[in-house]
Amino acid sequence: MAYMSEGAEGLRSVPALLQRNATRFAGRPAYREKEFGIWQSWSWAETQEEIEAFALGLLNLGVAPGDHVAVIGRNRPTLYWAMVAAQMAGAVPVPLYQDAVADEMEYVLQHCGARFIIAADQEQVDKVIEIQDDLHQFEHMIYVDPRGMRKYDHRALHDYAHVQAQGRAARDELIGELDRRRNGLGYDDTCVMLYTSGTTGKPKGVVLSNRNIIETAKSSSEFDHLTPGEEVLAYLPMAWVGDFIFSIGQAYWNGFCVNCPESAETMMTDLREIAPSYYFAPPRVFETQLTQIMIRMEDAGAIKRKLFHHFLNHAKVVGPKILDGKPVGLLERLRYALGEFMVYGPLKNTLGFSRVRVGYTAGEAIGPEIFDFYRALGINLKQLYGQTEASVFITQQPDNEVRPDTVGVPSPGVEIRIAESGEVFYRSPGVFVEYYQNPESTAGTKDAEGWVATGDAGFIEEATGHLRIIDRAKDVGKMADGALFAPKYVENKLKFYPNILEAVVFGNGRDRCTAFINIDLTAVGNWAERNNIAYASYQELAGHPQVLDTIQRHVEEVNASVAQDEMLSGCQIHRFLVLHKELDADDGELTRTRKVRRNIIAEKYADLLTALYDGSESIYTETEVTYEDGRKGRIKATLAIRDAQVVPVAPMKVAAE
Amino acid sequence: MMDGSDLGILGKDERRDAVKDASKGREKDEGYVTEDGRQIGGVLMELRNITLKFGGVVAIKDISFDIREGEIRAIIGPNGAGKSSMLNIISGFYTPSEGELWYKGAKRPPMKPYEVARLGVARTFQNIALFEGMTVLDNVMTGRLTHMKAGIASQAIWWGKARDEEIANREIVEKVIDFLEIQNIRKTPVGRLPYGLKKRVELARALAAEPSLLLLDEPMAGMNVEEKEDMSRFILDVNDEFGTTICLIEHDMGVVMDLSDRVVVMDYGKKIGDGPPEEVRSNQDVIDAYLGVAH
Repeated sequence: MAYMSEGAEGLRSVPALLQRNATRFAGRPAYREKEFGIWQSWSWAETQEEIEAFALGLLNLGVAPGDHVAVIGRNRPTLYWAMVAAQMAGAVPVPLYQDAVADEMEYVLQHCGARFIIAADQEQVDKVIEIQDDLHQFEHMIYVDPRGMRKYDHRALHDYAHVQAQGRAARDELIGELDRRRNGLGYDDTCVMLYTSGTTGKPKGVVLSNRNIIETAKSSSEFDHLTPGEEVLAYLPMAWVGDFIFSIGQAYWNGFCVNCPESAETMMTDLREIAPSYYFAPPRVFETQLTQIMIRMEDAGAIKRKLFHHFLNHAKVVGPKILDGKPVGLLERLRYALGEFMVYGPLKNTLGFSRVRVGYTAGEAIGPEIFDFYRALGINLKQLYGQTEASVFITQQPDNEVRPDTVGVPSPGVEIRIAESGEVFYRSPGVFVEYYQNPESTAGTKDAEGWVATGDAGFIEEATGHLRIIDRAKDVGKMADGALFAPKYVENKLKFYPNILEAVVFGNGRDRCTAFINIDLTAVGNWAERNNIAYASYQELAGHPQVLDTIQRHVEEVNASVAQDEMLSGCQIHRFLVLHKELDADDGELTRTRKVRRNIIAEKYADLLTALYDGSESIYTETEVTYEDGRKGRIKATLAIRDAQVVPVAPMKVAAE
Repeated sequence: MMDGSDLGILGKDERRDAVKDASKGREKDEGYVTEDGRQIGGVLMELRNITLKFGGVVAIKDISFDIREGEIRAIIGPNGAGKSSMLNIISGFYTPSEGELWYKGAKRPPMKPYEVARLGVARTFQNIALFEGMTVLDNVMTGRLTHMKAGIASQAIWWGKARDEEIANREIVEKVIDFLEIQNIRKTPVGRLPYGLKKRVELARALAAEPSLLLLDEPMAGMNVEEKEDMSRFILDVNDEFGTTICLIEHDMGVVMDLSDRVVVMDYGKKIGDGPPEEVRSNQDVIDAYLGVAH
């Protein structure tokens, strides 16, 4: 019986949380999805019925306990239900990235040995059909959107609604078995399996138990005082751990409502209509939004523009103070209130941030200007630091202790240790069970006492207890003269310029640093339009001498700023080039979560890298590109290589004397 | 099986006889099955010996062909061959000087375009004809006009029949918007959209009328390859999902050959070929018309 009473409040699985919510919050909305232009909603009681019907349908198709059920598609209630239904039937849901090409899917589907695949639409079904001959354990596929599916061979293909209908019809017969499996779910049984995107090597299947998910959801909800009244917008990939924690873990723990957008393109409109109270976005989303606001303000009338800049400058001074509860003079407050009425309020409304009580960003460093902009408007934007292996949370920033350069204090229940090498280790109830069928990697990441290596180098600020991350531990290296080399630190500084989308800095083991740079087509394109600069393609714009001049100025400014930091002053960029194509996940240059794959890029563009170091002024290159449908093409370009000014730095020893 | 489809190379009299045979045998003629397994039904519209004159100019000269239920029928030909005139006859913009139109088994008297629309024939235009200042949603809603019956008083106070009707119509329109994946521009004024999207909005408006015959006048004109691929997919999907009969005019031969079940080829107002794409492609008259021949 000790086993039975285990679990937070005796609730040992997500289906158990669902059952509680169906009683406690019966009539309150659990899911909303915009379809046919209207927000359709399902209460917790209805959700329970839908999920149960699908779980019965899965039993009817022969799902066995421990089976892996792959789920592929964009955020839709039906797919969230499918994941919970799989758990209810004793199986393990494995969400996949929907934009993955067939080959990438094949590896994951083979590795987990999925017997059942739930695909959102024809596009996903086609991808699976393309590779199904190599999937030996695959048996049944279920699709949600029947459009275009009529002519398919339906022997192993089922309509989602039909599976549910069959489940309902067989209820009397199968409900006993379903209850047995549902009640048999233990706290340490697998809740979900998520594949890490993998900046190096093949993706690994991270096994997370019910304990991991529920304990994490519970403590993180307490940290931010989440209530059943929260509204979230589910728009980030379902295969990403964050979405699983926010849209299932925390949503089921607290009983709040998950809203699914109509399509990826309507996300911004839907965001505005829902106005979430709890919001998460990677820095890129905030960056893009800010760039768009600034571009649109440039096009606005003179009075509006003046008003905007006047009140924005005021907000930058006063806004963060008010948010942090620091003393602010009455006059300042009045001016801020006027600004709220005239500028900030309408702007937040347009962005869909009117009701945001807690907002998080994570995944990459966010530019201080961007971060401050949102906080100045009165949006409680905070940073967190997390990993799939930790069920997201390692550190997060408490309200009133928000700074752009730290990632916050350890989350409740998390212990942090900094190894001698500078690598950050953590231990928590959220720590993953294992990498699926990969004991070596598991042992290499998690030690016997449960400490997990993050792979990031960082340190804890003594005064505040906040963690600061410097870089990926394996990326941190030494330059030829022994100076510290931390590429991400410099790359982030570069990326804070709206014109620069992506940067890759090289220099490990070399005498000086160089960089590849990607321009941001939105920002640079707008600038080109404004200055009557004609261009026919991305490539042409990227190679335009005036664009190169601008980028060079940015690089030189970054050099000046890097030189200030005595530990990292060796990382100034001596030479750079602007790449002729955007780095892309389809070409394997970025991960699906858009992190730079440094080694692959260095290998692929070896000729460019050589040119950066051999002093040549330009280089001709040919690059293979992969289109979204998997076809390949080649682009040719001659790239100019620029020298950037560096700030001379006195040797450290001399300075110390 | 495909009576009347290989008429292109026959003489005028033989053609007439063959058409008569085709109409005589209509009871027992219940269509055919395409290569990809679609069932094509009986004749939906039949044009018999159509001639169209503008003063002394003969735009269309004695043309006969039929459109079957559920098929994608293409009309092709060089510039000035009379393709658009043909479509205008079907949609009621022009009244033929001679000849008969049979629609759903009955002879169709000369009609106004709006009367034709009520019969379930919708069309798009070669040069986009949308209301530029109105939103996409409002434009597509106009496609439902023939289905709205509430009086002006009821419309004005937005009560009773008018309200129910608009809700029902909006539902159909939203399904079309969903189908053509234009949700993100629902509230955008049409004037601000790029050309390819305007074409899609026009298709949406035609679809909103729930037509039994959809006429598309050069749906891919001026599009890039990607937009053409999108549009082709939508045309195939419309035909497949709703079973809508489609008659289209197109210049891009690749598109025509891939999409259509049967093709009518016109040149100088005359029909020079009719049949499945492969057959038409190898027809000497068609090759001559497209590549030019010494007269």
